[in-house]
Amino acid sequence: MSKPYYDPSDLRKFGEITEWSEELGKKFFDYYGSVFEEGALSAREKSLIALAVAHVVKCPYCIDAYTKDGLERGITKEEMMEAVHAGAAIESGATLVHGVQMMNKYKKLSM
Amino acid sequence: MSTKSLSARNNELSNPQKQLEYLSEGLFADGELPTFKHKLEKEDDFPLQPKPLEILQINLGYMCNQVCSHCHVDAGPDRKEIMTVETMQHCLEAIKKTGAHTLDLTGGAPEMNPNFRWFVEEASKAGIKDFIVRSNLTIIVANKKYYDLPEFFKKHNVHVVSSLPFYKKEKTDKQRGEGVFDKSIQALQMLNTVGYGKEGSGLKLDLVYNPSGAFLPKDQDAMESDFKTALKEDFDIDFNSLFAITNLPISRFLEYLIASENYEDYMYELVNAYNPAAVQNVMCRNTLSVSWDGWLYDCDFNQMLELKVNSSVKHISNYDEDAIQNRNIIISQHCYGCTAGAGSSCQGTVA
Repeated sequence: MSKPYYDPSDLRKFGEITEWSEELGKKFFDYYGSVFEEGALSAREKSLIALAVAHVVKCPYCIDAYTKDGLERGITKEEMMEAVHAGAAIESGATLVHGVQMMNKYKKLSM
Repeated sequence: MSTKSLSARNNELSNPQKQLEYLSEGLFADGELPTFKHKLEKEDDFPLQPKPLEILQINLGYMCNQVCSHCHVDAGPDRKEIMTVETMQHCLEAIKKTGAHTLDLTGGAPEMNPNFRWFVEEASKAGIKDFIVRSNLTIIVANKKYYDLPEFFKKHNVHVVSSLPFYKKEKTDKQRGEGVFDKSIQALQMLNTVGYGKEGSGLKLDLVYNPSGAFLPKDQDAMESDFKTALKEDFDIDFNSLFAITNLPISRFLEYLIASENYEDYMYELVNAYNPAAVQNVMCRNTLSVSWDGWLYDCDFNQMLELKVNSSVKHISNYDEDAIQNRNIIISQHCYGCTAGAGSSCQGTVA
């Protein structure tokens, strides 16, 4: 049987990264924990942002984690899908806005 | 969703022994995850013992008009086990002399027991401070003979605690059956009409939220606020508090976890979310559960697993609170469900 690069059960082991670099691992997880606390933005809003970013960076672990986090918070599937579209729109916009660069170069090179 | 209980389907998980085996094998037998006992020992909380009794919870029977996919009771219309008048009389004797301040009637749908009203009338005479009936809501609109239940509850100053898994139709119907959401809304409006959940009425209406799937409830307060806003805006419904309850991995929810291949992840999550502070207030320490046939259990979950109290007194017919209080609580891996995160009990979070 071929082994996939991504194993869903690896998400449970995320904390283990601290074992090979305790100081940096701890700093990261402390920071991570603080980021998602209630603040100027609610934990619910941050969960949706995390879900959108998870799709943009195409992290399967993050998608699993923040889909579940959303369910736990009572976020609806319509809200989740809109968040994914917000991420996708920015990502496609980021591609398309380079179209201006193409147009500039085209014009510069053309007589 | 199946429309029959595990029991009617002769599913092997209708056998409590099979469930207990499942909960002790695999991950826990391999040592991949610590057993609940091991966790308690590590925190010096083993054996788990009761605190002063506060809640007497009586299960009037497993008969129900619904077949919810997560039901830990495996209740349904095909379940015929209901409490007899004789056992009710034993319960009334116990209620008269108990030190508990709360009487909590549950089921199935307790209202379906033909002697339900008589029992409530008699029990309310005992002058218990908080008298809870756990109503599934739809029973109120299931048949004409139940339409006056809100008035009946009001007359006896019953505190109504009702399940509503979500404030939207789709998730509610998926867990509890087609049409349940609309009927629940109708029943809530009937309860509101007689004053339940209304400020200053003194008539308490609490709702129970439990996740409709293999995930834990997160933030009870945030969820309560979401429920309040949505139910008020969409249906002009008022209620007092929301209890967020974790689904325990037994009975039909265990069946679902196994069939959907979520069992391992769910157990990992429960174990990782273990909170020693929740252990201090876990409900088996202040509650006693009585089954339809009068046996005594540490909680409603142990009742469904047929784990009778570890005491010389095991039946309501020879109830002796002092003897019962002097016992060790019986535990297994399902107990992780009550100690995860902010904890979980029939009264919501505990930590």
